[in-house]
Amino acid sequence: MTGSATDRLATSDGVGTSPRRPDGALKARGEFAYSSDLWHEDMIWGATLRSPHPHARIRRVDITEALKLPGVYAVLTHADVPGTNLYGLEHADQPVLAVDVVRYQGEPVALVAADHPETARRALARITVDYTELPPLTDAHAAVAGAGPDLHPGGNVVRHVPIRHGDVEAARARADVVVTGDYEVGMQDQAFLGPESGLAVPDGEGGVDLYIATQWLHVDRDQLALSLDLPPEKVRLTTSGVGGAFGGREDLSMQIHACMLALHTGRPVRVVYNREESFFGHVHRHPARMQYTHGATREGKLVFIHARIVLDGGAYASSSGAVVANAACFAVGPYVCPNARIDSYVVYTDNPPCGAMRGFGAVQTCFAYESQMDRLAEACGLDPVELRVRNAMVEGSRLPTGQAVEGPTPVAELLERLQAMALPDERVGADVIELPGGAGNTTHGEGVRRGVGYAVGFKNIGFSEGFDDYSTARVRLSIVAGEPQAEVHTAGAEVGQGLVTLQGQIARTELGVQRVVVVPADTAVGSAGSSSASRQTWMTGGAVMYACRAVRDRVVARATLRLGPGELALAGGEVRRTDGSGAIGLAELLGDEAVEETFEHHHRPTSPLDAVTGQGDAHLAYAYSAHRAVVDVDRELGLVRLVEIATVQDVGRALNPQAVEGQI
Amino acid sequence: MRLNVTVNSEHRTADDVWAGESLLYVLRERLGLPGSKNACEQGECGSCTVYLDGTPVCACLVAAGQAEGREVRTVEGLADGDALDPVQEAFVAAGAVQCGFCTPGLIVATHDLLHRVPDPSDEEIRESLAGNLCRCTGYEKILDAVRQAAAQVRA
Repeated sequence: MTGSATDRLATSDGVGTSPRRPDGALKARGEFAYSSDLWHEDMIWGATLRSPHPHARIRRVDITEALKLPGVYAVLTHADVPGTNLYGLEHADQPVLAVDVVRYQGEPVALVAADHPETARRALARITVDYTELPPLTDAHAAVAGAGPDLHPGGNVVRHVPIRHGDVEAARARADVVVTGDYEVGMQDQAFLGPESGLAVPDGEGGVDLYIATQWLHVDRDQLALSLDLPPEKVRLTTSGVGGAFGGREDLSMQIHACMLALHTGRPVRVVYNREESFFGHVHRHPARMQYTHGATREGKLVFIHARIVLDGGAYASSSGAVVANAACFAVGPYVCPNARIDSYVVYTDNPPCGAMRGFGAVQTCFAYESQMDRLAEACGLDPVELRVRNAMVEGSRLPTGQAVEGPTPVAELLERLQAMALPDERVGADVIELPGGAGNTTHGEGVRRGVGYAVGFKNIGFSEGFDDYSTARVRLSIVAGEPQAEVHTAGAEVGQGLVTLQGQIARTELGVQRVVVVPADTAVGSAGSSSASRQTWMTGGAVMYACRAVRDRVVARATLRLGPGELALAGGEVRRTDGSGAIGLAELLGDEAVEETFEHHHRPTSPLDAVTGQGDAHLAYAYSAHRAVVDVDRELGLVRLVEIATVQDVGRALNPQAVEGQI
Repeated sequence: MRLNVTVNSEHRTADDVWAGESLLYVLRERLGLPGSKNACEQGECGSCTVYLDGTPVCACLVAAGQAEGREVRTVEGLADGDALDPVQEAFVAAGAVQCGFCTPGLIVATHDLLHRVPDPSDEEIRESLAGNLCRCTGYEKILDAVRQAAAQVRA
């Protein structure tokens, strides 16, 4: 069966439009329930005692005085963890509660449940922890070089990703121009506005329901089940309102703690971090040090790139293994370079744990390779944009991993369109407010120069390196109050990006039904994978589309019995013969029977990277963007004023243009 | 202590309030009004902005006792029944709401701005909302929403 474009237009708010978010009015009214807003009869408050030291041995934890405080319901330590005390996204290396050593400042050591957050805070202050401080390992470069002590069994290198592409040594002789640079980027934090929080409710039968702000319900559920020593079906998760994520909610924070306290006390337990604790409660963007050498011909064509990248993973691995692979795979930038030698390392230190944050390893190296391209342009006497265009990847170009790039690869086009955009007006008799230093009145324009910089970057979409990345959708079509209604159920986490809107749009377009209800995401349906890696539109959107099509096929098959053979389309709440010779309304066709289908959408397989050469078809697809920054710089004082950022991005086909703009 | 406060035109009483509690805590945990958000609880982000006797304040920086006998208006008190306030309407329509955690504070701050300055310049909008942080939008759609709301309020 097919549906013509005209038929699909009969339903509004479908794919390609920007309907209002279904949660928009609730959020604007202050009535949307975030994970920190939840309340339950008999609810008590959980709180976490954290290590003040980056590295220390724990001699003794004494909870006696804390337990004596009126209003305290429980004080728990690692001895109270019902299942395995170690969890983690890639390696189970992070303790639910510290046992005999702490590896970063802020590591959880003990938990309290009490009748009021202030009671809980006072109880935390009454727990005595006898620490022996140890010298912290804080230098990632030293850790790569073998500095100790080993923070985990197996040493401090979490992962080394080498990439060997062509022959760099032979290529050196052919390079007319060579530039080198050392680059460093610092730690960053997602700083989502809604702090880590959730409500754990014991079910009275040994299981627990957790209402939580997360990016991936099922991966939380699986880690929780192991640490709580419960079968997965006894740990049920439902997303509550998520106040932003940006990678910072991929790892567990208070999930196991809240469930432990709830199961121990038999009471619903709410845990809400404050802003300071939030910085201890989630991973950050990896700081990086990057040493680059670029060689090129006099005409600016890249001949070789040699890069050594060191990421500081902090105390626990989190998703460091995937981040370091991204840093390696995209270390050259979206350019063709026939010879590359890349060594990308991530190590354990006693610094705060690092993991996922928007860009996920591709951001750090972008700063280095684009700085190198500017240096190379200067050395070749070329315009920086022209140099980039001369080396730009096109469809079919090979990454240093040997993988051919498939699909539109508009690197040169992005740069050219960006360069064609009008520049902001030159400063003319400017107000001092518009100069670097602003109201500080540090200059009247003397010593101020305008700078214009371009950069282009790219990043993978979806999970890479052979991960079986999939999403599940259940779609049910039925007649409610005389009208056809589609119910869409996935576990896809709505973190602000608009997945909840998009699921409805896809169902409307695919089923030709106006009324769509997207039910709350929970673990009662199969995994949707993570709301990260820019993958949910593709993966959960795809799962919803295919589930809708399965429903549609059944509805059309049923209609064929009534309308006879021929081409039929589902649109405008009815099944029509496309030649216009007949139609049957869904209400009549379905009666009180629902049609329901569940679809699991897997993206095409990717491959691991070879452990020695780094070769492999590791990635699914890429997104490209180019930026232009215009800045005024006071060259004497070093003060900078940002005048304008302009950007051109390849967004593919915008399924919801307003939501796409919201991501840029 | 017992706290008497008028919230969204209703007289409310909260018992057993600990003296260290903030107005934000009392609103959220004792009066069932979690619309004002607990994003930083140190007066930096503006997510808990409410009117106190008609003046916008960070509810996290007001001790509960300071609100005794006074009038508070929260984001929950802006809509007229089912009809959104024009500021709320504009935020939803313009795509200024993503995760939405900053939205209540921004809406109260914008509501206040437009009642003081019906036709604000972009500089005035930026100045007025400088105390409200958003991590999702990059602020462009928020500026759009404020301009749309201003046009709506003037019309």
